[in-house]
Amino acid sequence: MALSIPYLLTVITFLPLVGAVLVTLVPSDGTKKWLALATTGGTFLVSLLLWTNWQQGEAGMQFVEEAVWFAPLGVRYALGVDGISLFLVLLTTFLMPIAVYFSMLYVHKRIGAYMALMLLLETSMLGVFLSLDLVLFFVFFEASLIPMYFLIGEWGGQNRVYAAVKFFLYTFAGSALMVVALLIVYFSAGTFDIVALQKTPLPLAVQTWAFLAFSLAFAVKTPLFPFHTWLPDAHVQAPTAGSIILAGVLLKMGTYGFLRLAMPIFPQAAEQYGPLLGTLAVVGILYGALVALVQKDLKSLVAYSSVAHLGYVMLGVVSMNAQGVSGAVLQMVNHGLSTGALFLMVGLLYERRHTRLLSEFGGLWASVPVYTGLFLVVAMSSAGLPGLNGFVGEFTIMLGAYSYSPVFAVLAAAGVILAAWYLLTAFRKLAQGPITNPANDKANLKDLNAGELAMVLPLVLLFFVIGLFPNLFFDKINPSVEAMLATRSALIQQATAEQMPALAETVEEQ
Amino acid sequence: MFDSVWLLFAFPALGALLILFVGQRLSQKVVGWLAAAAVAGSFLVALTLWLGLLGLPAAERSVTVTWWDWMRIGSFHVPAAVLIDPLSVIMAMVVTGVGALIHIYSIGYMDHEPRYQRFFFYLNFFILAMLTLVMSNNFVGMFVGWEGVGLASFLLIGFWFDKKDDLYGWYADCGKKAFIVNRVGDFGMILAMILLWSTVGTLIFSELGEAVHSLAPATASAICLLLLLGATGKSAQIPLYVWLPDAMAGPTPVSALIHAATMVTAGIYMIIRTNLLWHVGAAAGDVAAWIGVLTALLAATIALVQTDLKKILAYSTVSQLGFMLAAAGMAVYGAALFHLVTHAFFKALLFLAAGSVMHATHGVLDLKRLGGLKDKMPATYRTFVVGAAALAGVPLLSGFFSKDAILVAALDKNIGLYLVGAVTALLTAVYSFRAVFVTFHGKPRDKHLYEHVHESPRVMTAPLWILAFFSLAAGLINLPFILTLDSWLKPVIGEHEHPALVVELLGILLSVVIAVLGILIARARYLTKEGWVERLVQPLAVLQPLVEHRWYVDELYSLLVVSPIQGISGWFARFFDPKVIDGAVNSVGGVISDAGEAVRKLQNGAIPTYAFSLLLGVVVVLFYFLFVG
Repeated sequence: MALSIPYLLTVITFLPLVGAVLVTLVPSDGTKKWLALATTGGTFLVSLLLWTNWQQGEAGMQFVEEAVWFAPLGVRYALGVDGISLFLVLLTTFLMPIAVYFSMLYVHKRIGAYMALMLLLETSMLGVFLSLDLVLFFVFFEASLIPMYFLIGEWGGQNRVYAAVKFFLYTFAGSALMVVALLIVYFSAGTFDIVALQKTPLPLAVQTWAFLAFSLAFAVKTPLFPFHTWLPDAHVQAPTAGSIILAGVLLKMGTYGFLRLAMPIFPQAAEQYGPLLGTLAVVGILYGALVALVQKDLKSLVAYSSVAHLGYVMLGVVSMNAQGVSGAVLQMVNHGLSTGALFLMVGLLYERRHTRLLSEFGGLWASVPVYTGLFLVVAMSSAGLPGLNGFVGEFTIMLGAYSYSPVFAVLAAAGVILAAWYLLTAFRKLAQGPITNPANDKANLKDLNAGELAMVLPLVLLFFVIGLFPNLFFDKINPSVEAMLATRSALIQQATAEQMPALAETVEEQ
Repeated sequence: MFDSVWLLFAFPALGALLILFVGQRLSQKVVGWLAAAAVAGSFLVALTLWLGLLGLPAAERSVTVTWWDWMRIGSFHVPAAVLIDPLSVIMAMVVTGVGALIHIYSIGYMDHEPRYQRFFFYLNFFILAMLTLVMSNNFVGMFVGWEGVGLASFLLIGFWFDKKDDLYGWYADCGKKAFIVNRVGDFGMILAMILLWSTVGTLIFSELGEAVHSLAPATASAICLLLLLGATGKSAQIPLYVWLPDAMAGPTPVSALIHAATMVTAGIYMIIRTNLLWHVGAAAGDVAAWIGVLTALLAATIALVQTDLKKILAYSTVSQLGFMLAAAGMAVYGAALFHLVTHAFFKALLFLAAGSVMHATHGVLDLKRLGGLKDKMPATYRTFVVGAAALAGVPLLSGFFSKDAILVAALDKNIGLYLVGAVTALLTAVYSFRAVFVTFHGKPRDKHLYEHVHESPRVMTAPLWILAFFSLAAGLINLPFILTLDSWLKPVIGEHEHPALVVELLGILLSVVIAVLGILIARARYLTKEGWVERLVQPLAVLQPLVEHRWYVDELYSLLVVSPIQGISGWFARFFDPKVIDGAVNSVGGVISDAGEAVRKLQNGAIPTYAFSLLLGVVVVLFYFLFVG
């Protein structure tokens, strides 16, 4: 019998918050650092209980907790996890210790405040993935903005204030509309319960406006082309750990929002606007890759590659069939791992050379072979090399996308060529060729040490695990995805029957 | 017996891991022999699998060993499983057999290489990926190997990633080019898999049998054309062959193993493996056959004028792969596989012999600086001649029989294909013996270089002799009329009708004439330098600059594909993204901030004003839902 903890989801969500409070209270910087690491590490270990205690094959919410929060409006404190959110929660708790450890090594300024913000961020992200109530979801969704705003604005690069304000305003503007939509939904359906809403038919007009408002908020967050321009600025300016979390987890709040809320709660509107979203997703795949191709700064290259990769995720979400959606869920995790790892690798290099310009590098394979070899594995994972994680997600998404629209699948597959192109171009400039700058010499540039390897290797190991044994994940993802799709199509059918009873009757007769 | 198939993979996997983690502490010799032993171990496993199949009745020679369930979503399902059948064991034996010989040769060839650990790690990794490619029982598993060998190829072409010369430019760029061009082919592969699953509902080879009959010929042709795109990438055919000549930047054993004997034949293997689809989509087969012969001809013309020995061999490989593709396109799969096998022997031999020359000349393979090496390097010379003779199609050697099988089929099916093929065969004989005569005969062109030349060590010449033996004798596996290989493959490729006896004999006769004629022309032109040949080829001289620039295909691609994409990328990155999209965002931000300035005046701090506006808002919302909504 596995260990079980009461109120497990609450513990997981708020452990980092407790840690954040403690971090501000303890005296020395060293203690603050270790406390932050212990908190994130502990949260990760506790979150593993979700995996060990998982009800295999169960489609609905598990580990559900519920309490009335604000009775007059029926707002509840309700947490739960299913196959769609499980791995996003685990991704978050897994990436946090890595990001915190990286910061321990390389962040020196006001470390206490920094760590407290990181921990605050973790709580808000976990809250987003675990909320079963719209208001609670919204609170966490907005709450995540604040720590990230300060992380970029205070600990970022040269142009950090511009990037932070842009990040904040842009994503905030997106979610401002969501408040309105939230109220519309409530007045129409009479509940904020996400699970119940997924089963409630809403009038088409409500669906349309709410869907558009939610979509805008999530499209900015994802980011979907053409709402992506805050991302390169934010990434380039953010501290490394901020980038890891921003790309690894924060962006998933957008695609998760589509998958959990926008698509299933407003199915008819989603049906109607699906082609538009799909088009934007495909344009994002190609556009992000093309822009990445000519980037001179390694970090903005990775940022634009994120636009392309999230395009695949969105394409899977939009296709709304088993392969596309399960693939998208896995691809969210894959992107978090691969891009998180890419930012980590870039960060490790930046801390050594204090530049990210590709033109400053060259020939690293001769001077730092371990780093370079690992960089290549990470790049290949990101490029979707079969056998590693990225391929499984991209391939299943394209399978699903083909059933939705063959043209989308063809264009998405073309993105695979470009992905190899920009990643190998970066690798060529970074690692191959001769060493032209003495700063890249073996004597001046240190290869990865044990502590740094301890951050990279778990990620690389997971690339292989997911690439070779994806069913470990699909087994848990599929039931929830299939149930969601079934509920959704029942809702659409019901709505069609109401609007066109005659048609529905003839269908029944047949 | 078949359950031990995992050992086939375990040996190179273990070899690669050992070399990766402890290779640094071992000497070059130990690492090399470790890697070679791993591949030799695999070869023994492949042999036992072959013997195992031999022990079964022909109809039962298809054994699937499933390891685990790889991917499953709804009705989509792919296992991690291997298929042991007559086709896969042949491929496995060739890959590990030739692979083991080349590993051994590399111990000698790479003896001064400081990065030997990486080299042998890559080689073992390549063998692992190649075995995954040929043994997998489904498309997606094959694709793992397919891209895996591509990665190995990328790593090995750019093995000397900090090196540059006039012939190749930066070696690292050659590797990058190979990977990206192959990705264009993989684009076709991915779409073919998606289309196949969407129409047939399975990606497992052994389940295709019944399912494909429900497939419309047009759909089947579309799938096959997409597969063909993949094949043109991996097997270096028009339009994607351009990466292979540059791939010669890699160490010569790599050229022999990956870019001649094994990896580049993957496209041909894939077509043979999916022959059921090609049976339904016959139109795609015609396209494949024509692409094959035209590539063969194009590459042969270029091979004729190259002045670097390895480049001659590279274009020759492209050309020979064209023959194989033509055979596969004409649905004579036995002949295609036959030529694949013999070519693996004699082309590996030619590359390794060229490598032996390179080892002696410290990297010089420029024909303008070689000459007269035959007395100084007798073993290399003799084995090279055997390889060249097999390539040229000298009667009774392996290459004669396998190429003849393809030409006879063309003669039987389509005279146009035959004519192009026959001209190519003539050119083949000419350029192979040009290479022999200019490199090994005549007077040394570079005295200083010649002085330092020496024969290579035994560890390098022994593999040459073994390969020479097979280049001589491998024709025995599928002699005309007896067709041992064809009947062995019957469970995979089925039966196909044979050409009439008279066609067969005519074809053989013509093949003999072509080979002899070609060699005589080469002799007259390059050895005895007789005037009449010069006059004969004079009219063709106008083509010389075109051919020497490889028909400007690379330049054309750069102009039509690479530059436009880079141009549009640059425009997006420098103008469209920051100015148009982000400009719009920032100006919206600007408008809002102006509006905010105006609205700020409403915030006068008086609580009644706030309360009033709040009330107003509530009334509006309530009104909407009570009366409108």
